[in-house]
Order: sequence, then C-alpha cells, then structure tokens
Amino acid sequence: MVKQLIVYGLIYGGIISLGAIGLTLIFRILRFGHFAHGDMMTLGAYLALFFKATAGWPMWAAALASLVITPMAAVLIDRLLYKPLRRTTPAILLIASVGMALFLRHLVQFIWGAQVQVYNPGIERPLLIWGVRIRPSQIWIIVMAVVLVFLVWVFLQKTKFGKAMRAMADNMDLAAVSGIDTERMITWTWVLGAVLAAAAGIMLGIDTQLRPVMGWIMLLPLFAATILGGVGNPYGAIAGGMIIGMSPELSTKYITTAYKPPGALVRVVLLLPVRAQGLFGAKGA
Amino acid sequence: MEQAVQLKPEAASALLSVENVRAGYGEMDILHGVHLHVRENEIVCVIGPNGAGKSTLMKSIFGLVNIREGRIVFRGEDITALPPVQIVRRGMCYVPQTANVFPSLTVEENLEMGAFIRDRGVREKMEEMFELFPILKERRRQKAGTMSGGQQQMVAMARALMLDPALLLLDEPTAGLSPKFAEMVLEKVTEINRRGVSILMIEQNARAGLEISHRGYVLTTGRNRLDDTGRALLENEEVGRLFLGG
Repeated sequence: MVKQLIVYGLIYGGIISLGAIGLTLIFRILRFGHFAHGDMMTLGAYLALFFKATAGWPMWAAALASLVITPMAAVLIDRLLYKPLRRTTPAILLIASVGMALFLRHLVQFIWGAQVQVYNPGIERPLLIWGVRIRPSQIWIIVMAVVLVFLVWVFLQKTKFGKAMRAMADNMDLAAVSGIDTERMITWTWVLGAVLAAAAGIMLGIDTQLRPVMGWIMLLPLFAATILGGVGNPYGAIAGGMIIGMSPELSTKYITTAYKPPGALVRVVLLLPVRAQGLFGAKGA
Repeated sequence: MEQAVQLKPEAASALLSVENVRAGYGEMDILHGVHLHVRENEIVCVIGPNGAGKSTLMKSIFGLVNIREGRIVFRGEDITALPPVQIVRRGMCYVPQTANVFPSLTVEENLEMGAFIRDRGVREKMEEMFELFPILKERRRQKAGTMSGGQQQMVAMARALMLDPALLLLDEPTAGLSPKFAEMVLEKVTEINRRGVSILMIEQNARAGLEISHRGYVLTTGRNRLDDTGRALLENEEVGRLFLGG
C-alpha cells in the first residue's frame, strides 16, 4: 500500500517539480510570482491534445510540438505584457500575470471547450510490478520526469547559459555589470520555464484528464514547492516539489483524503517560522 | 575657468574622462558637475566623506545611474548612458562595493561569468587569475558565498579581470576587511596595475589609497574639492585634517 502511494507521489511530485523549476527562476530573476504558470501548463497540455487528437500525430510528436510552441507563446507573452511592465513594481507584474492566467484559461476553454478530455480514449490495463499497480503511461511519466530533471541539471550546471541563469538568480545587478546580456537571458529563462511547464501539463493530462482549470489548481502546490525549496533555487524547487507531491499521497494513509489538497499549504505554514528562507534558500537572500 | 582650460589637453589624451557630470537617482541629484580623468597605466583614487557621491560617480560611469548633464568618454568614445553590457565590451570592468560575487556559484563559475562575453581563452585567463590569486585556485570548487570577506573581494576582482579590461573600477575594495587583508588587497591592486590595467578606485582608507595611487581626487557633496598627485594630497594640510586623521 505504501509502495503504491509512493509511486503516485512520485508522479504528482515530478509534475510539481517541473512546474516549480520555472516558477522559482522567474520569481528570482524577474522578481514576481508568475501566476500564469499553471495556465501555461494547461496551454501546453492542450497544444499536445491538438496535435494528437485533431492532427492525428503520435503522442511523442504531439508532445514535442507542444514543447516547441508553448515556449514561443511564453516569450511572446513576455514581450507583449511583462516586458513593458518590467520597470514598474513586482505587484503590477503579479497582477498582470493573474490577468494572463485568466486569459489563457478562457482561451483554452473557448477553443477546446469546458468538457473533460483525454489523450487516449479507452482503458489502459495496469501492470503489476513489485506489488505496485502502475499503468504503462505512468511509467512513461516517471521516466520523462527523471530525464527532464537530469537535463535541467546538465543545463544549469554544465552550460554557459545555465550558469548565467543561476548567476542572475543570485545577483541580477552583478550579472549585468559582468557583461551578461540579461534581456537575452530573461528570454531563455522563459523558454526553459515554459518547456518544463508544458511537459508538466502534458504529464498531468496523461495521468488524469485535460480540463481548462487543470493548471490553475496546480498553482498552490507549485508555489508551495517554490517556497519550500527556497525561492530562486531550482534544485530546491525539485526537492520541494517531491515533498509536496509525496506527502499528500502518504498522508492519506493516516488522515482522511478530504484533507489532502490543503496539505501542501499546511506544510509551508509549518516550515516558514523555522526556516523563512526555505529548505535550501540562502539566508538573507 | 583657469582649471577648465588646464584640464582639456590632458582629458583629450585620457583613457577615461568624466566631464561635468550631473547625475542622481529619481528626482534627486547626487553629483553636481563632477569632472575626473584617468590616463593609461594610472591608479587614480577618489576619496571623500560619506555621502560625497563617490559610489554614485562609479555607477554613473558604468551606466547604472541617470546622467542628466555632462558626458563620459572612454577611449575617445562617448559612452554616456550606454548599458553595462556595452561598456564591458569596450574594455571597462567594475567591482561593486557590496554583493560583488555570485554566492551560490563556485569560484570557477564566478570567473566564468566574468568572461561571459568571451568565447575563447577563458581557461588560460582563469589560470592567470589563479596565479595572481593563488588562494582561489585552492578553493576553485568552493561556493563564493561561503568564503571570507577578503577572499570574496579577490573573487570579485578576478571576475572583473577575466575580460582583460583596459580600466578597472573598484568601489572600496578594502571595506569591512581586516587590516591584514586590506593591505593584501591593495598590494594586489598595485600588481594588477603593473600588468597594464589602469585603475579608478574609491578608498575609505584615504592614506592607504593615496599611497599606492598616482593621482587622487577629493569629492565633497557631489562636487570636486581637490585633485593632485597622490603624494601631494597626502601632504596637503586640508586633506590631512579632514581625511587622514590629523
């Protein structure tokens, strides 16, 4: 039973982690909570649905197309909405992103409808591995999440752009005086954030179903993971995502499932008085 | 008037010249017409009381403050209000007074970031920096944020030197350091200068700063008060009374 819950937690945690990596980097580099991040996941999920169901592409190709188009949309949104507001206060950017979240959600609903949809109609027979019931598509989700997290690690740790992204999250002003082209790196931050958000959205769609509100309701766990991991720390976001994803599943063993969703918030509230900088955040940062 | 006429030929051959700059934040002016120049291979030190606008002067040279009047000329080119990225490309690098390293990046990564716009020769340059600051080689994989203040200052200077700048701006490189480390940092400044880098620095320890400088400027309330050779300023009675403690 516990093994089963761990597998569910791994899937849910992986999805949260992927969304939270972008959220935490944007939070630190652009200095605002990006409330449209969940709806960017929704957009990514539905773009894949378009290529899968409407265009009839195989699932992997549809997912890939979404991973290409979603970041383009994110960069466009940044240029049109966020960039002109960048010299104002974070509160204005935050409110603008709430507006963008509503816009994206209703755009999705307008195009694809409010009804629940799935990538693959029909029933998938679960496999039994080491006493754990798992659907083949869920295995794919776990594999993809691990691969993506590994690729993010390679990008942030080994490439010049990835290091510059971490440098910007550390100290934006110093990055600028070092000669890092911060505007260009901000574009790359959006690309990274949106690719991962789209991937998370697609995984969520594969694991459950697609609904226009699917991303919006992920915002609470996303922010919880970001804060838990220390704002601005992508590795913290991954750990935070896994904790936030795992614990509600495991908590159902001890408390009734009705209390599962607010669990993430409770954990953040319990943590903050002890470590206001998050689990992995630097003090005073 | 006399001074302005006298300045011109010098300013024309200068590496950097700050001409009558009026600048500040928001609505408020901090600098009310400051002039200064740095020639090739010089160490120039700016001293003055707190609030004189020394740091603002550095930031306006580096395009981080609104310049309302006057201009900044570097290597014969007007760079007034260019963004930092463009200034770095032209051969000027800057070490801010505080928050001058990337704390969660390793020493090596900090240096790499200093050379962000450089495509090749990064390794060689890094080895050169390790030779100049041997302690950094030992700690190349340590996160900069976990190092002592003096070591962080060395990371910061090394980061700024990664691009082979013609001119290095140092904002109070010894602030908050123990006397031993302060002395060491100033020794490094002299060594960097001997390698052919011109230096413009602010130093709160006026005596130590002027001792290693070719020339110095005294700034008070956003205006030029005095300028002369480092030695002459050290012997100047007014400077002695105000900044050198008697």
